[in-house]
Amino acid sequence: MLLFGNRASDRQSGERIGVSLVLEGVRKEVDGNLYIADVSLTLGKGSLNVLLGATLAGKTSLMRLMAGLDQPSKGKVVMNGRDVTGWPVQRRNVAMVYQQFINYPSLSVYENIASPLRVAGLRSAEIANRVREAARLLRLEPYLERRPLELSGGQQQRTAIARALVKDAELVLLDEPLANLDYKLREELREELPRIFAASGAIFVYATTEPTEALLLGGNTATLFKGRISQFGPTARVYRWPHDLVTAGVFSDPPLNTISVVKSGPIVRSDTGLVMRSVGAFATVPDGRYTVGFRAHHLGLEPAGADSIALPAIVSVAEITGSESFVHVDVGEHRFVAQVPGVRRLEPSSAITVYLDPLRLFIFDKAGRLRSAELAKAA
Amino acid sequence: MARITLDRLAHSYSADPRKPSDYALKEINHVWEQGGAYALLGPSGCGKTTLLNIISGLVIPTRGRILFDDRDVTTLRTEARNIAQVFQFPVVYDTMTVAGNLAFPLENRRVPRDVIEARVKEIAGLLGLERVLERKARNLTADAKQKISLGRGLVRADVGAILFDEPLTVIDPHLKWQLRSTLKELHRRLNVTMIYVTHDQTEALTFADKVVVMHDGAVVQLGTPEELFERPAHTFVGHFIGSPGMNILAAKIEGATARVDGHAIPLPRAYPPFPKDQRVEIGVRPEYVHLRPSGSGIPVKVKRIDDIGRRRIARVELDGQPLAASIADSIAIEGDEGSLAFDAEQIHVYTDGRLAAGKPLVGTQS
Repeated sequence: MLLFGNRASDRQSGERIGVSLVLEGVRKEVDGNLYIADVSLTLGKGSLNVLLGATLAGKTSLMRLMAGLDQPSKGKVVMNGRDVTGWPVQRRNVAMVYQQFINYPSLSVYENIASPLRVAGLRSAEIANRVREAARLLRLEPYLERRPLELSGGQQQRTAIARALVKDAELVLLDEPLANLDYKLREELREELPRIFAASGAIFVYATTEPTEALLLGGNTATLFKGRISQFGPTARVYRWPHDLVTAGVFSDPPLNTISVVKSGPIVRSDTGLVMRSVGAFATVPDGRYTVGFRAHHLGLEPAGADSIALPAIVSVAEITGSESFVHVDVGEHRFVAQVPGVRRLEPSSAITVYLDPLRLFIFDKAGRLRSAELAKAA
Repeated sequence: MARITLDRLAHSYSADPRKPSDYALKEINHVWEQGGAYALLGPSGCGKTTLLNIISGLVIPTRGRILFDDRDVTTLRTEARNIAQVFQFPVVYDTMTVAGNLAFPLENRRVPRDVIEARVKEIAGLLGLERVLERKARNLTADAKQKISLGRGLVRADVGAILFDEPLTVIDPHLKWQLRSTLKELHRRLNVTMIYVTHDQTEALTFADKVVVMHDGAVVQLGTPEELFERPAHTFVGHFIGSPGMNILAAKIEGATARVDGHAIPLPRAYPPFPKDQRVEIGVRPEYVHLRPSGSGIPVKVKRIDDIGRRRIARVELDGQPLAASIADSIAIEGDEGSLAFDAEQIHVYTDGRLAAGKPLVGTQS
């Protein structure tokens, strides 16, 4: 769907079908510091792609390479089948939205949205059409005559997003665009964004530090850790079937609970002295040394089934959010988080039993690769 | 250590306030107990920062008094209030070591050397800063710098209260978990009144024993996380707490039955007839509305199903009104038809946005 007017004058309609962004072995080094390590990625037309990773994982560096704001030390950037490596940002058809709301304070919201079209020299009638369309999509119609500083933070960021969309860019990069907004506004915009993205047809790349945000946005997710992409695929798939320990770690909130263990026949023993029966996912891997990972909602205060592994625990802190509780417990030398439904008032230092669902465990080998794949699928 | 009394407190930034909308903070009366953990929660512009600034002494209120225990501190300077503050962005002395930064508030007050050393060590241990104690603060990450700011706020044993102004905003999600539970442990251990300002419900609910929800310059509810979740006093609280927030639906109430689009929904309480000019709504959280295959309850069109990993949330429409519902793990929804089942015990009635009391039905079951 061409939302912002069919620009048949400067683009053949058939050309859009082939829109894709391909990164081939892209690397970025500055003064011997490695920022991006050999990233290969193909992003298709109309796709929403989340870059998920902690601060300094390389999200912004990678986006700058995609945009042409920085050039790779090695590797190629290919847009629509054409090698654009080394092209400056001005020659590429990209738009960016930043964490800070960037608007022209002296211009009205209308003129803010219209500005890239004025630069491109479009006729006023065409500009009016496109601005109105973008304003409708972002629910800015009532505010077109106001100045940005008279708007709420959410409306200011909508204005910046509208300006990015109105350009009809082939690639739209959003760098933690909701991070500076109030929680509830974030929730609202996050719900609207997939609809807005779907209507536009561009390639969207969205950077975030929050696993929950990736899950709510859907689309595809690339997990980023120390400048490397550890996995890329449909978001829910990457979440449920992380290929390795790094991906599972990046894509867990609360943080992934982990234990180093050795499996030997019917017994699994942790380095810290915990002893567990070799059931569930444990039964599917050969004897050897592993790292076991499990998410907070797979650790319960009641057994999930007959095979549940009971572990003695001491309550450290119980956090209550209303609908559920986060119970931080010490199990031997480990500190785990259990995410359980309902309000659980547990006294600090009290002794309880926590239960691990052996079917929901991720078992990683020494190299960090997932070994318990089949059972993980059932989860 | 102090009990904090807010006595008929109100504030306007305009010199000559006349109408309620001139007040950034409308009159409030509260007593916050010594040793409590309180969160001030609300969207930008709700008045939470104004209230915090009144407590810290940055703003002198237009009306009313503020007491620390029995001492009127309304016009006292910040330094004279015996409080510690932690801000959104790290405030550290770059040229000093981490240990020097932590010790600074104590050295300023001429605390004996051995007491300072012991205290710095203890706080550094709690925040996981032991290994960087001798490093200059300049070269540390933003996370580590904010830990130093927290440590400086916590290091004095004798403060009346510690005020936190969105202290975890710049912190990565994984570290947030750690710091939040650390703060909670510290609160328990130090027995000092803590006041924490945030717009993030998870931070507020997990940190505080009592959450003060603010909206439009007024406190709309003060309660435990459980109370805010189970019995929101106002539709704003229902909406603001929870993700997604509470469903609010226009309805007609007849005794102990709500009517929405011709469907009768049983209520756990009976209500008298409401005046005609009142807006009447029911509120029910997505956690207590269940989407099932069609044919087993109130029929609805399913617009979208969000899979957020741990659970699925359905977006449906009932009588033209959007509604979020939960889907149990075991249930598969085919196509765009489904039906809704409500947990009757969890439905509330609101008139003009405020919770209507109602009379519990005797001998009902949910």
